[in-house]
Amino acid sequence: MKTMTFAGAIEDALMKAMTEDSRIVVFGEDVHMIRMNLYAKFGEMRVRPTPISESAFLGAAVTAAMAGLRPVVELMMLDFVAVAADALVNQAAKLEAFSGGRWRAPMVVRAPCGGGYGDGGQHEQTLWGWLAQVPGLKIVVPSSPADAGGLMLSAIQDEGPVIYMEHKLLADYWIDAVADGGRTNLQYDIPKAGARGEVPKTWRPIPLGEANVLRDGDDLTMVSVGVSVHRCLEAAARLADRGVQAGVIDLRSITPLDTDAVCRAVERTGRLLVVDEDYKHFSLSGELAAVVMEAGITAKFARVCVEDTIPFDRRREAQVLPNVARILEAASALTSR
Amino acid sequence: MQPSAEVLYRQMYKSRRFEEAVTQLWNDGHISAEMHLNTGEEAIVAGVLDHVTDGDALALEHRGTAPLVMRGVDLALLLKEFMGLEDGLCRGMGGHLHLFSPEHLAASSGIVGATGPAACGFAFAAQHLRPDKAAVAFFGEGAMNQGMLMESINLAAVWSLPVIFVCKDNGMAVTTASADVTAGDLLTRARGLGAQAVSVDGTDVDEVWRAAHEAFVRAREGGGPTFLHATCVHPDGHLLGDPVLRIVHNPVHELKSRVAPLMKAATTGGSSVSERVASLGSIIGVLGKAQKTQKRDASDPVERQRQRLSISDAERGELERAVDDEVHAALVSALRSLEGRA
Repeated sequence: MKTMTFAGAIEDALMKAMTEDSRIVVFGEDVHMIRMNLYAKFGEMRVRPTPISESAFLGAAVTAAMAGLRPVVELMMLDFVAVAADALVNQAAKLEAFSGGRWRAPMVVRAPCGGGYGDGGQHEQTLWGWLAQVPGLKIVVPSSPADAGGLMLSAIQDEGPVIYMEHKLLADYWIDAVADGGRTNLQYDIPKAGARGEVPKTWRPIPLGEANVLRDGDDLTMVSVGVSVHRCLEAAARLADRGVQAGVIDLRSITPLDTDAVCRAVERTGRLLVVDEDYKHFSLSGELAAVVMEAGITAKFARVCVEDTIPFDRRREAQVLPNVARILEAASALTSR
Repeated sequence: MQPSAEVLYRQMYKSRRFEEAVTQLWNDGHISAEMHLNTGEEAIVAGVLDHVTDGDALALEHRGTAPLVMRGVDLALLLKEFMGLEDGLCRGMGGHLHLFSPEHLAASSGIVGATGPAACGFAFAAQHLRPDKAAVAFFGEGAMNQGMLMESINLAAVWSLPVIFVCKDNGMAVTTASADVTAGDLLTRARGLGAQAVSVDGTDVDEVWRAAHEAFVRAREGGGPTFLHATCVHPDGHLLGDPVLRIVHNPVHELKSRVAPLMKAATTGGSSVSERVASLGSIIGVLGKAQKTQKRDASDPVERQRQRLSISDAERGELERAVDDEVHAALVSALRSLEGRA
């Protein structure tokens, strides 16, 4: 059995893809150091450090993709997408529609996201609901090494723009670089199965828009993505001790959204609990409620999300991010009704 | 006008000692995540801040500590904020990347380049509400490639905004040599956007002070913005625990897990041999540049100003002791607050 770290799986899959397809180029800030191995293998024309100019290099990625390359362009942190939102929201997302389907931009935006290490509300956001709202953008959020590699391949092979978010709690090198900085006296609630795990012998693309049913349960359906998937699994195990059978669905991609998987499960359980590290209002969680209603399913609904700006203070941060205690509380309320 | 050598030295010494206390707290795990220090750029901050008075505004980046220390913000409030305590400067909500002090018109952002637009807005408000007041934007040379900053210089020029754009140039944008990603020259660029531009040795507080003096006079008289470029060295790297500096200080430990995959990548296919060799050369070059910042020598701004003092050693000792006591008291207060919370 082959195991890899989350970050190692992404690099392994990316390296394989770059070896097979010379159109794939990587660029972004400091990639010569952050992607040292890719830089050493493929040289500076294919792994190219950029100035701190997100709007220029993200915008350039769109047309580089239109003109035949397959860029994997990096943001140092997902939050910084706001600096260059035009490239995604007004350019990449619109291309297919504006060209009457004649032109697409096969690009991947790779960005670390998420909190849980005390970096404050400008460096720990997920923002997938905000980006997913724009038609034409796909968003991928893996929760395990196997998914991280397989979804990276699919993101690269996709003919349109895909935003690939890697959660910093799962990627050890991000924790080392921006949280620990060589210190060993701090603790993080890192889901073990997400940070390291089994991977296939050979990478195969995992289709975008296929949720992964990680646990079956007849009483309640939990739907989540990223690190929160692991919080759900932990909560589901505890609920089982109390005799409540909760299912857990890992969406794996926000768009395309696997509405069938969600509806199938909720039809059976009649209870939907969305656990989302993104903001609560105008969000993925709200979208899922609408999806279930539109399908004509009668269900009870609750959500555990981030409701405000994430506090810098780690204690308050831990309360604001979805955690097992909040999930249990919401699940109890849902199942007692 | 002439600056007071003692006042400037006191400010720089205070900032340095304070950041030593911050480093201790960070090392002890009392401060989470990233911590970017102003060590090495104290002369730039002191030389500029000496001209800042009530009503002037400060747009601060991820290195906002020294400007607030020198502006007179309570040291214990700052430490408590860095530790995420409820009685910190911003109730532990912002942390060191996002420091705000409304009474000082001081606002921070962790987004590179964001201080440009921020200073323009402060300056525009000054034109309306506080005649003769100015706004300062601090940023690194890496930020000069950020569109919003270049746009801000133009905006400040066409509106004659009283802004001093202070570019602290250590030559490195995190781990990327700025020379490799910055075309042309920054002074010419700023002039092309319509600002007055001047470059000084940012380790010499006198030089910075004089350039800042001219810039503030111009701004206050309605003469528009100045781009004040000042060179410096960051001995503590981009942030505490800088991964590159860790390799420099402890190569065997830090590289043991990295060398094998790196060598495997570099020796198994991919691009041409010369390209792969060039990549390895660049990586080693980054380490070499970081190594050079580790020489604490006469260019240390605090040390440099100490040499210039004309007061007696006893007087200097008294000045330093007073600062040491102030920093120590803040540290004690912050640790007491932390204990009270636990």
